[in-house]
Amino acid sequence: MKKTSIVAVALCAAIAATTAMPVVPASAQEQIYVPLFTYRTGPFSGSGIPIAEGMHDYLEMLNQRDGGIGGVKLAIEECETGYDTKKGIECYESVKNKKPVVVNPWSTGITLPLIARASVDKVPVLSMAYGLSASAVGDVFPWVFNPPATYWDGLSMILSYIGGKEGGLEKLKGKTLGYIYLDAGFGKEPIPLFQQFAKDYGFNLKLYPVAATEMQNQSAQWLNVRRDRPDYMVLYGWGALNPTAIKEAARVNFPMDKFVSIWWPGEDDARSAGAAAKGFKMLNWHAVGADFPFIQDIKKHVTDKNLTQTDKTHIGALLYNRGVYNSMLIAEAIRTAQGLTGKKAVSGEDVRRGLESLDVSPARLKEIGMAGFTDPLKLTCSDHNGHLPAFMQEWDGAKWVKISDPIKPMMDKVGPLLADAAKEYVEKNTGWPKRTEACDKSS
Amino acid sequence: MNLLYAIFIDPFVQMGGAPDLLVQTLWEGLVAGVLYALIALGFVLIFKASGVFNFAQGIMVVFAALTLVGLHEKGVPAFLALAMTIAVMYGLAFAVERLMLRPLVNQPDIILFMATFGLTYFLIGLGELVFGGNPKVMIADALFLPKGAIEFKFAGGFVSLQKIDIAAAVIASIMVVALATFFQVTRIGRALRAVADSHKAALSVGISLEQIWVIVWFAAGVVALTTGIMWGARSEVSFSLQIVSLKALPVLILGGFTSIPGAIVGGLIIGIGEKIGEFYWGPLLGSGIESWLAYFIALVFLLFRPQGLFGEKIIERI
Repeated sequence: MKKTSIVAVALCAAIAATTAMPVVPASAQEQIYVPLFTYRTGPFSGSGIPIAEGMHDYLEMLNQRDGGIGGVKLAIEECETGYDTKKGIECYESVKNKKPVVVNPWSTGITLPLIARASVDKVPVLSMAYGLSASAVGDVFPWVFNPPATYWDGLSMILSYIGGKEGGLEKLKGKTLGYIYLDAGFGKEPIPLFQQFAKDYGFNLKLYPVAATEMQNQSAQWLNVRRDRPDYMVLYGWGALNPTAIKEAARVNFPMDKFVSIWWPGEDDARSAGAAAKGFKMLNWHAVGADFPFIQDIKKHVTDKNLTQTDKTHIGALLYNRGVYNSMLIAEAIRTAQGLTGKKAVSGEDVRRGLESLDVSPARLKEIGMAGFTDPLKLTCSDHNGHLPAFMQEWDGAKWVKISDPIKPMMDKVGPLLADAAKEYVEKNTGWPKRTEACDKSS
Repeated sequence: MNLLYAIFIDPFVQMGGAPDLLVQTLWEGLVAGVLYALIALGFVLIFKASGVFNFAQGIMVVFAALTLVGLHEKGVPAFLALAMTIAVMYGLAFAVERLMLRPLVNQPDIILFMATFGLTYFLIGLGELVFGGNPKVMIADALFLPKGAIEFKFAGGFVSLQKIDIAAAVIASIMVVALATFFQVTRIGRALRAVADSHKAALSVGISLEQIWVIVWFAAGVVALTTGIMWGARSEVSFSLQIVSLKALPVLILGGFTSIPGAIVGGLIIGIGEKIGEFYWGPLLGSGIESWLAYFIALVFLLFRPQGLFGEKIIERI
């Protein structure tokens, strides 16, 4: 055999051996497998990177500081989705046989197809403040969780805020509200509710969809805004859409103090528009900054030891903290599941129960170093969301500044619509299984 | 009847009723069109010289802009970073010729096309490895690119021209004219056209294919850098710029793959056409039609001129 052939055969054998090798080592029985669907690459990486960093670092901190959760180490594995639904499904398929205790799709587009698979594969889906709003209805979607607020809650809070500025929601009559959004599952999600609100309160709604291919090419949409002269603009954007929208708003002289976003833009999105972004507003439900004990622990146990690829300038930034919040929910659900079942190495079925009984009380927030970081959260068997209030924050040219008290979602409006939407989902998806999972007493 | 009015009458009433918005829309279309033309030019140069549709042109825009900003972030002064980026694009052209094109000489075009796919993913990976996946802010101030806007009253309204857009239009126009002149007038330009007509004939008269390939890939790299700077300043430098670059495809369909004037005229038609279409007819279709309108315009043109506006009509004996 020629030398090159020998090398080729050896290479093939090595590749085959590597491919066959399980990613989770043999000791995985003693670990809790937590896959993280992330996007550190591609058009949405600007949003995806800090979130991935925050998610990873919090879980790694628990591993380093506490030896995992309840004495069981977490096996953390990232799968790169690029915010692409196809890749997201591939990620799900590649992890589902490794017995994940939960999956975090980090994309409404990826979440939607996973909703049907979750109950079959017994893997709970945690779509934290994104995904299908109706999946908050636990009686219909026992395997899907979207705390702490749905996109519909978010929209109702934005309208409450705008109504407050105008002197009452009834004052919106005859006004024009514009909605610029990513023309994908995420951006389309609140449209039915927005249309309902337009009918109820008598304002005109103008839609400005932005295709993913046009995120950095929005000038025509903003010319439409200039022509239509909406009184307020609402933004549901992600990735490069957000900084471009803020820049374009400034270009057409749209008043920035009347430009309000759902909770996704980060500091870099606002910063890239320079001084023109001053006054831009967004909803949020947790603090920004690094002055919290849990962040200090992350620094001490993870980033200072270089156990992460985190850019240290991101620590404490809005989307980094958002990623941490997501992992806090995972960790608390696992801890709750361990308490409920008495098992250490819990399964996806156990963590589903843990999520339904999740009770992040003020005392618990203090214990985990998050006092003052966010509000307490309690989920139940029927409420998989919590519908927490959020506050409005404003970009002052350099940082986010909290400018409002907590704004409650309009549950009198949103609640019945969520129930209707869940019912409609069941009707449209023939054979949707009735809930058979029992509710724990604590949930 | 209402629909017919909305399609055929109302947009023109709007144009007459608010001429300032019409001028603004035309301006936005012109700026986008010039940038599309610039991207398309990168494709045309390489296609003319090697018959390869360079799928990697879009990522070259991102890679060049990332290199510039990345070097500046590492403390390199802006203009030195610019010079170094140009050098990097030359290195890339050289490497592509040595490692990709030369071993694939005489292979079918589809093989070369697929190789540019490989190059695309290689550059994505390399860019992310070296500079990270974080979007970056273009160093417009350090490069003394103008900022702010010029606003003037017009027909009872106003027109706002962003200075960066004016700069983009001027720089892109200069670049297009310079490249067109270079390839039309100079010896290398004539050699390029000879290579485009026939590789074998060009070789037989002593033209070095390798040299021509390096030159055109380098020129395409410089075009990519210019596009990256201008588009990056309008938005941000991120990997989604690669998607914007694909807008050059309808431009190429329209202008022809081998025509420099075609790339320019095609870019302007697509740029202005999509902005006018989105602004005046978009609301009829629920808005957001820009993403496919460019292809629709190109396809309509194709019905009448399959070779594109300026493409060469290929007559093959069968």
